[in-house]
Amino acid sequence: MSWGGRLFAISAKEIRQLARDRITVGLIVGIPTIQLLLFGYAINFDVRGVSTALLDQARTSLSRRLVGDLRATQVLGELRQAGSERELRELIQRGEANVGIVIAPDLERRIADGERAAIQILVDGSQPALENVAEGLGSMPLLRRAGSAAERRPVEIVVAYNPDKRTAVQIVPALCGVILTMTMVIFTASAIVRERERGNLEFLITTPVSPGELMAGKLLPYVAIGLIQTTLILTLGYWLFDVPVAGSLVDLYLGALLFIAASLSLGLFLSTVAQTQFQAMQMAIVTMLPSILMSGFMFPFEGMPAVAQGIAQVLPLTHCNEIIRGIVLRGASLTDMQPEIRKLTAFLAAMLTLSIARFRKRLD
Amino acid sequence: MTSAISARGLARHFGAAVAVAGIDLDVPRAQIYGILGPNGSGKSTTIRMLCGLLLPTRGTVTVLGHVVPRDAEVVRRKLGYMTQRFSLWEDLTVDENLDFMGRVYGLERALRRERIRDRVASYDLAAIAGQRVGTLSGGQRQRLALAAATLHDPELLLLDEPTSAVDPQSRRDFWENLFALVARGTTILVSTHYMDEAERCHRLAILDRGRVAAEGEPMELARNIDAAVIEIECDDLVAARRALASLPAIRSVAQLGIRLRMLVPREARDPEAGFRVALAPLCPEARVERVGASLEDVFVAATRLRREAETTERAA
Repeated sequence: MSWGGRLFAISAKEIRQLARDRITVGLIVGIPTIQLLLFGYAINFDVRGVSTALLDQARTSLSRRLVGDLRATQVLGELRQAGSERELRELIQRGEANVGIVIAPDLERRIADGERAAIQILVDGSQPALENVAEGLGSMPLLRRAGSAAERRPVEIVVAYNPDKRTAVQIVPALCGVILTMTMVIFTASAIVRERERGNLEFLITTPVSPGELMAGKLLPYVAIGLIQTTLILTLGYWLFDVPVAGSLVDLYLGALLFIAASLSLGLFLSTVAQTQFQAMQMAIVTMLPSILMSGFMFPFEGMPAVAQGIAQVLPLTHCNEIIRGIVLRGASLTDMQPEIRKLTAFLAAMLTLSIARFRKRLD
Repeated sequence: MTSAISARGLARHFGAAVAVAGIDLDVPRAQIYGILGPNGSGKSTTIRMLCGLLLPTRGTVTVLGHVVPRDAEVVRRKLGYMTQRFSLWEDLTVDENLDFMGRVYGLERALRRERIRDRVASYDLAAIAGQRVGTLSGGQRQRLALAAATLHDPELLLLDEPTSAVDPQSRRDFWENLFALVARGTTILVSTHYMDEAERCHRLAILDRGRVAAEGEPMELARNIDAAVIEIECDDLVAARRALASLPAIRSVAQLGIRLRMLVPREARDPEAGFRVALAPLCPEARVERVGASLEDVFVAATRLRREAETTERAA
């Protein structure tokens, strides 16, 4: 029988076992769906009743009217008066207020000459959804009626802790990589370690099966699962959040495929180190958290120290985010993404080499 | 014809622990060769070295004429291995497991089907062919494991404690299957800690703390035992034990129902007479007789007694 025969036999067995594991099948579809709904809607959430700290340094009828209009939107909830800018910042720092409104003492003059902002809105950037609230407040027409030069935007928005701008449109493509990281690494790492743990592997490695056949056979079904999840995320993103794919679908799938392969190779490598599924799971989480936190999904690179940026460059998710964002949002092609593709390919090659070097048909 | 397996000075250490301390083995072809030993005596480690799963720390192994571990891949095509722990897939059916293993062994479709049909019939698996393996009994699992390990008609079968999880009837049937395989020319190496299984082997090595304590045919081992076996039958065995406690010659006592079975040094002159004298005051009706050694006696003499002798030597 050919090389392909054994590989196919292993893949077929894997798919059959997967199909019988109803919870895992549910997770394959459930994880992307739930995460996408959760993150997608959380970020689009129509925020109301935000606790606010107010520092009215003008104390004029105009400033009082502006505050009244702001409250009338119901976006702002409980209003706490602050005596000084420091007190206002402390209120935000302690979490007692999420938004701070500072009205300049010379409110009328600033509005009149329009050079400088008359009202400053401070946003707790650690809570991403609030930034959209501030955007909304800033562009409210009620603030425009205040003076003749209002078109020049009297309100200035300062995002105190998070300069990153984020919308559902940015979240959906980024979630694609995050969800694939979660499922691909954990699935492969535990799929191989499970056979070691249950004793199947001891029997299997005394047969003529080669390490290459064994690994490729086990990974192939997960490549398919990764592509199914990609499709699911993009389809849901399009239906629910109006995120169209600006670039070519072929490029997008090729990029996703490369990232899936890189994630699987990481899972494979972990499986050669871990002895139990529990260990494999913990190792997967150890690699997953930095991926999610440092890949630019949550926090921008610019704010990270050089070492962290270096680590982020090693993580496949960083490059995946770049590729998918580029293709989906900016309509870029794979040829525009060559540096990312090179780095992902290098990661894949390194992980496969390490895995093959570590995987022996022996128990010691 | 050369031996199926030949090992010289085979040793394996795990860090500071010595699992196998240098053993020689010669397993003749088309026979059942047993490795008898208590838990931790190095049986599994030895078998794993023979099939290339573990690298020996020292020593050489030739299996079916090939040097292991160097030619382990060649040997793997000719070898069937039943692991101590059941190692087939519980979420697949009996048929699916066999079909998968047939593919892994590289059997072409027609041959694979024929072999599976044959094994299902030989090992009485027809009634459970469509059943998921997780629901099978110990005996059924064991028959399936044997079917899977023999699908590719291996020349050599390595069985690591194959019957530890099955009932006596299944054990008997299993051994019938092994003899049928041997009749077709298969060489079988089986590890066990059951005396009745060891007795069925053509040849036997008794393993103790990583060393071969005795080797030979079971009958021959019993004949050449380095001890005399005396049985005592009396009503008050507690009293008898007390009466005999002071006799230095007794090296091992085991109670079998209403009898005491004792091992005494082979060179002891007429130990029965001494026992009768010692027993006379407490249990005058006691019957004392010399009996033939069983494999268990051989095992005790080869393992426990030797160990005690070594301790005494070291102390002296």
